Amino acid sequence: MSGFFDIPSDLQHSWWGLIGLHLREALLPVLAGLLLALPLGQLCVRVRWLYAPVLWVTTVLYAIPSLAFFVVLIDYTGQTELTVMIPLTVYSLVVLVPAIVDAVRSVPQETLAAATAMGFGPVRRYLQVQLPIAVPAIIAGLRVATVSSISLVSVGTLIGNQGALGNLLHDATIYNRPELAWNAVITMAVLAMLADAVLVLVRVLLTPWMPSGAGRRTTPRTAGTRPVPAEPALKDAAR
Amino acid sequence: MNVLDFVSAFFSDSAHWQGYDGIPTRLSEHLGYTLEALAFAAVIGLPVGLVTGHYGRGGNALSLIATAGRALPTFGLLVLMTMLIGFGMLPVMIPLVVLAVPPILVTTYEAMRSVDPSPVDAARGMGMAETRILLQVEVPVALPLILGGLRSAAIQIVSTATIAAYVSLGGLGRYIIDGLYQRDYEKVVGGASLTAGMALATLAVFWAITKVTVSPGVRRSA
Repeated sequence: MSGFFDIPSDLQHSWWGLIGLHLREALLPVLAGLLLALPLGQLCVRVRWLYAPVLWVTTVLYAIPSLAFFVVLIDYTGQTELTVMIPLTVYSLVVLVPAIVDAVRSVPQETLAAATAMGFGPVRRYLQVQLPIAVPAIIAGLRVATVSSISLVSVGTLIGNQGALGNLLHDATIYNRPELAWNAVITMAVLAMLADAVLVLVRVLLTPWMPSGAGRRTTPRTAGTRPVPAEPALKDAAR
Repeated sequence: MNVLDFVSAFFSDSAHWQGYDGIPTRLSEHLGYTLEALAFAAVIGLPVGLVTGHYGRGGNALSLIATAGRALPTFGLLVLMTMLIGFGMLPVMIPLVVLAVPPILVTTYEAMRSVDPSPVDAARGMGMAETRILLQVEVPVALPLILGGLRSAAIQIVSTATIAAYVSLGGLGRYIIDGLYQRDYEKVVGGASLTAGMALATLAVFWAITKVTVSPGVRRSA
């Protein structure tokens, strides 16, 4: 009678409904983060001195625990989805900006010179040369941001059931039904891994020139700078 | 009133500076959780990363493990473990360690792989044993990156250890959770700024450790 998929009615959603809600609350912030990070990253590449302060600000923002961020925002945005999504956008931004800046900067000078010599303007050079070369590093950042975002949405349950699948955790404790907690943890983990796999697939499709299956191995030319694109992989925000 | 007013109100209230719910107590609790979780995670992540990185094998398996570790929701794991094990330190340590192992593991592996092969070959040519090559050649060169991995793990633990308060333990999360339920905004902001401050202090500590331990020969500009 209290089965794995029997969602308590107080959540007002079916299991699939919760998954949909969860994905929306987790993925929209990542998308928003990407849309903000691209121009910001480009600005940091252009205006070199801006990068250090931006990095400092993002580090400080990143250090704020998600729960505190949620609670502080309640005063401004109420107990709504937006209160969960704003911090997640900020965390995505923090992961993506260094990934984009380092990736765009690591494009070899010769390549840029070749593009300029071919008559590419700055905009076209950015869109058709720098951005595609930066795709693997950007996707690496997106993978970290997405996975941690999916995990972090669940903390939203503490601010008035805004945690989608995380609300199952709250119900698991008040109804003493551990199987609901299992359901929440397993579903979130599977969602995160599926999202990760989709992003890997997107990278393979977007970068047909890269040897498939080689994963993070890059050409010997960038071997020296490899640790830098790997850096965003360290910053997962699973809090 | 803006956020800064709340911060100053929180810190100027002398009641927040003493007793079992005082800032010194909560800070030391938080520090204790952080160090314990970081130590466990390092004991798991460092040796595995060092050995796999040295032999250059198992990179795919490692990234699979790291992805799985990241995919596990920390907060969900905390609630689940508390329901299964009961109240105590263990249900808090498990999610924190699961959180901290992937960055340590992946960075250590990547750091070892990024070591220039020529000094390693030279060491091998001089007749150094594999263990000595690992400890005396590769680790010193890879140290800045390895410390970077430990640093990001530590920062994540600092900010995540706040959820320990959700299962009735102490730490700085106490202020945030209590403040949330008591509708005491000042407390929440105070707890949040203490946590953020501690994360920044962690950055500073790792900067100092890097300064002291990394040999001048391999020091790279950050």
